Amino acid sequence: MPPTHTHATAVIESPEFKRLVKKRWSVSIILTVTILVIYIGFLLVVAFDKNLLAVKLGNFIPWALPVGFAIIVAAWLLTGIYVYWANNSYDPEVQALKNKINAN
Amino acid sequence: MLLFTLFLQAPALPVASTLGTANPVSMVMFFLFVAITMYITYWAAKKTKTGSEFYAAGRNISGFQNGLALAGDYMSAASFLGIAGMVATKGYDGLIYSIGFLVGWPLIMFLIAEPLRNLGKYTFADVVAYRLQQRPIRIVSSVGSLLTIAFYLIAQMVGAGGLIKTLFGLQYELAVVVVGTVMTGYVLFGGMLATTWVQIIKAVLLLSGATVLVILSLATFNFSPASLFQAVSEKYGEAMLSPGGFITNPFDALSLGLALMLGTAGLPHILMRFYTVPDAKAARKSVFVATGFIGYFYILTFFIGFSAMVLVGKPVIESIDKGGNMAALLLAEQTGGTAFLGFIAAVAFATILAVVAGLTLSGASSISHDLYVHVFKKGVSHEQGEMKVAKRATIALGILSIVLGLVFKGQNVAFMVGLAFSIAASANFPALLMSIIWRRFTTQGAVWSIATGAFLSIVLIILSPTIWVDLLHYPEAIFPLKNPALVSMSAAFLVGILVSLLKPEIAAAEKFESEKLRTYLGIGAE
Repeated sequence: MPPTHTHATAVIESPEFKRLVKKRWSVSIILTVTILVIYIGFLLVVAFDKNLLAVKLGNFIPWALPVGFAIIVAAWLLTGIYVYWANNSYDPEVQALKNKINAN
Repeated sequence: MLLFTLFLQAPALPVASTLGTANPVSMVMFFLFVAITMYITYWAAKKTKTGSEFYAAGRNISGFQNGLALAGDYMSAASFLGIAGMVATKGYDGLIYSIGFLVGWPLIMFLIAEPLRNLGKYTFADVVAYRLQQRPIRIVSSVGSLLTIAFYLIAQMVGAGGLIKTLFGLQYELAVVVVGTVMTGYVLFGGMLATTWVQIIKAVLLLSGATVLVILSLATFNFSPASLFQAVSEKYGEAMLSPGGFITNPFDALSLGLALMLGTAGLPHILMRFYTVPDAKAARKSVFVATGFIGYFYILTFFIGFSAMVLVGKPVIESIDKGGNMAALLLAEQTGGTAFLGFIAAVAFATILAVVAGLTLSGASSISHDLYVHVFKKGVSHEQGEMKVAKRATIALGILSIVLGLVFKGQNVAFMVGLAFSIAASANFPALLMSIIWRRFTTQGAVWSIATGAFLSIVLIILSPTIWVDLLHYPEAIFPLKNPALVSMSAAFLVGILVSLLKPEIAAAEKFESEKLRTYLGIGAE
């Protein structure tokens, strides 16, 4: 049976649902800010102080190389963190709320 | 003396290259690719009767498959040949581009993937229009979509013609017609199902081809990346290994970075792929898989670029193509011989075919689903009528892309990719994001935001150094930045917010509340 209008309103106004939405956006925003800081930070270093990245790691490899690769890997790991969080924390709560709606 | 000068000017080719002549291996490989994908199209055609099947492959693609297909849609020939070439000729700076192209993906994940999947049906305009007035939003957002697709398509077609001419010695015009015709066939008969499998096969071929190329190249350096980098710095100087003079103006850097990053989250053919999976969970998985493969691929192109720089040599690469676009191909021939060159060339051709198919499908969807159904038919969808329009739109777009490919022959199209990303970041992304996260967003706000983003992107690109100085040869540009996203995207957000606040739309805010069950729990999602 599809949820009736009142059920829907009740769920939307329930503290659990509000907490879930808030938590979802907190996680999203923390991760978004992280990737923005990493990438824009990198761009600003490139734009304002390139020499920082030319400093050598060992004999001939400048820091620019590992830093560049690290950003690519970090971008991927951050998406992984989000998937892990969503699968283990968000989805079960979504399911619980869905069950509650269906039970009504 | 004259002889001496002539000798100097002649392209000195220390390696004998068979580029530009018909290569039997690449011909066979390419025909094999077309034959297999055509068979898939035939198989898919039997399964493609309804709108949901045509636009969204019946929502039956798995998260992993869609991740590969997303990667296939995104890894264009420009990424493969262009970035490898940029690294081969300019060094480290090429990586700055790759990183920009990649970091948009986490944002898709964190901000829009799940709500997009839950709220939409076939196009991203479904999401923007969900709680707003259908007609104005559909009109303006399909303009945003179609502009993005058109510029991206022109760049791909012109690139395809030029590339194939260099690769196979095939005539430019013939190459454009072949690409346009085959791609129309995929979309027309096989819809999203065939297009998805074309993307998946192409992604696997491209990833494995690039991997083999890197392994063969690194073998020359005893599999030590360190000795590769050492060779680069000994031959061309240490400066090649760190950021150089490519990005000088900080605002230019920031603007380009924003366009690359947020443009990804506004590309209609990418966003459309999220409707092919069954639910939000699978959509999430696709972004994770896609980001992994694309990141891996960009790391490979970086090694390809540097290996080409050392093994083939900058002068040789630049003598064949100034932009360095042939670096990966020359490296393939150098390390794996003519047969391997043939394989990589066929993969590059397949890559273009797959990307234009994805673009055409999303363009056709925008025309039939957004414009025809929601604007002309006022939302009353007639499945058969809509499919007919979608197929006619596919044919029209196929013909159009061939014509555009012929008209723009020989033009420098790099700025068109920049323009496509700038429109996607400025017209499509702000409206999409605000409609997902902001309760007080209104119809007028969305219309003005999209219009501002699209209009400013185009005008500012025309006034930028890219066109004003490089193409029209005026001494100085009216607008200083090479990419307008910093200004056009900020303006799109600002205009959207101001217009929404000036005239609130109560119905839209109320509907935002009631759509939350669908946005967050997926209840009622298609």
